[in-house]
Amino acid sequence: MSDSHNHGKEVSPGTEPAHKPHDMHLGLYLGVGGFLICATILTVYLSYVDFGSRKANIIVAMIVATVKVGFVAAIFMHLKGEKWTIWKFLLFTMFFVAGLFFLTLLHTSDPIFGTTHNTH
Amino acid sequence: MQIPYEVTARPDTGLYNAKLGIWLFLASEVMLFGGLFSAYIFLRLGAEDGYWPHGLLNVPVGAGNTIILIGSSVTVVLAWASLKMRKFMQYKIWMGISILCGIAFLVVKLAYEWPQKFEHFGAFIKKDALSKYEGYLGNAHLKEKGLDPRVEVSGHLHEVEINVDSAQKDKLDAFLEANDLTMSPEAEGAKLLVVEHKSEEGKPREGMSPGVAEDLEAVPGVKVIAFRLGLDPVNAEPMNPESDKPHFWYKNPTDIPGRVEREDVESYSAFVPKHSPYFAVYFTITGLHGLHVLAGVLIMIYFWLPIAGGSNMFKRNPEHLANRVEVVGLFWHFVDLVWIFVFPIFYLL
Repeated sequence: MSDSHNHGKEVSPGTEPAHKPHDMHLGLYLGVGGFLICATILTVYLSYVDFGSRKANIIVAMIVATVKVGFVAAIFMHLKGEKWTIWKFLLFTMFFVAGLFFLTLLHTSDPIFGTTHNTH
Repeated sequence: MQIPYEVTARPDTGLYNAKLGIWLFLASEVMLFGGLFSAYIFLRLGAEDGYWPHGLLNVPVGAGNTIILIGSSVTVVLAWASLKMRKFMQYKIWMGISILCGIAFLVVKLAYEWPQKFEHFGAFIKKDALSKYEGYLGNAHLKEKGLDPRVEVSGHLHEVEINVDSAQKDKLDAFLEANDLTMSPEAEGAKLLVVEHKSEEGKPREGMSPGVAEDLEAVPGVKVIAFRLGLDPVNAEPMNPESDKPHFWYKNPTDIPGRVEREDVESYSAFVPKHSPYFAVYFTITGLHGLHVLAGVLIMIYFWLPIAGGSNMFKRNPEHLANRVEVVGLFWHFVDLVWIFVFPIFYLL
């Protein structure tokens, strides 16, 4: 980040009009923040509800966490309405992360050769 | 050197360069944390029944830290919006609150949560000795209910029973002196020695650090016979149905005494990375996450301070400052996003 030698070449600093509060969706940010806090409390509550098995509780908690992350990414990180260039990066990243998790799952079962390992 | 497109968008990407840069960086961060989360899954799927601990972390504290981080995500986006609206004082306030939230998160983690774990003692019992400790473990009761067995006795370490080779007692004496330890007077001269922390009269005994016990065992001529501890509630009342599942409110170790013989112990330590795969991956992920929080706080302080690259930029080029804050904001939201997964997988599940 070098800031001492490159100002004012591209725009006239400070001359562009300030955004209006209405344009900045301040209410939306506060609303999403409130929702995320409520969702955190919900996550804690649901972890003490018996959904039949620990696996079921994990799935429920991960669904809530994924919804929360979706709101953070879409609203706070402005991915909703973001340029296609960034979406392309992220789709590639998601593909490789999915691949990484798939490799981890080979620890317990191997869908390629149809075998199941006993992990114990 | 002129860095192009710091303020306006580059025509071909439609983005100013720093935004493109931070998203590429965040993509690499997703891979980094993705690798660690997949390690978590690997370790957890490979853990035998009873060997993946539950309820060892303080849920209200973790939930509080989650809310602090979410709150700071809101305030950092409001700081950016304030700059876009050219409201400087609002920017200073929102950014200041974001910085304070980040610091609060770190203080809770480093001054409260982690040190508590470093003083907590846990001993995994050998499989063939589990029945001997049924009074602490309650496995028959758990089996009846179809729950995972308990394999660890934990709490606060109070004393260590040892035998010492009299020819090498001087080494033990030097170790006790160096570590502020003493031997119980009634045991002095006897074959069995009991080592404990020196305590001032009238004050409660502080207990012994599990790390000191490990060092004691390494002293030449010393043979550890048994550990005496104040049991965790789950070992103090293993048959109590309330102990069957983790609690929302964290319960400190009790004063109810327990004794575990060294020869029955598979491994023992404080709640540190070597304790178990659970704590290894917990400290790795929360430690790396904590470093990210620290980095975010430092950068936000830089943009908040009245210096050339910080808030003084507002007068010269407010849009450039707004872009900088948007970029640190994107990083900060990512840190929040990681924690949203960390909290349930370590504290709740």
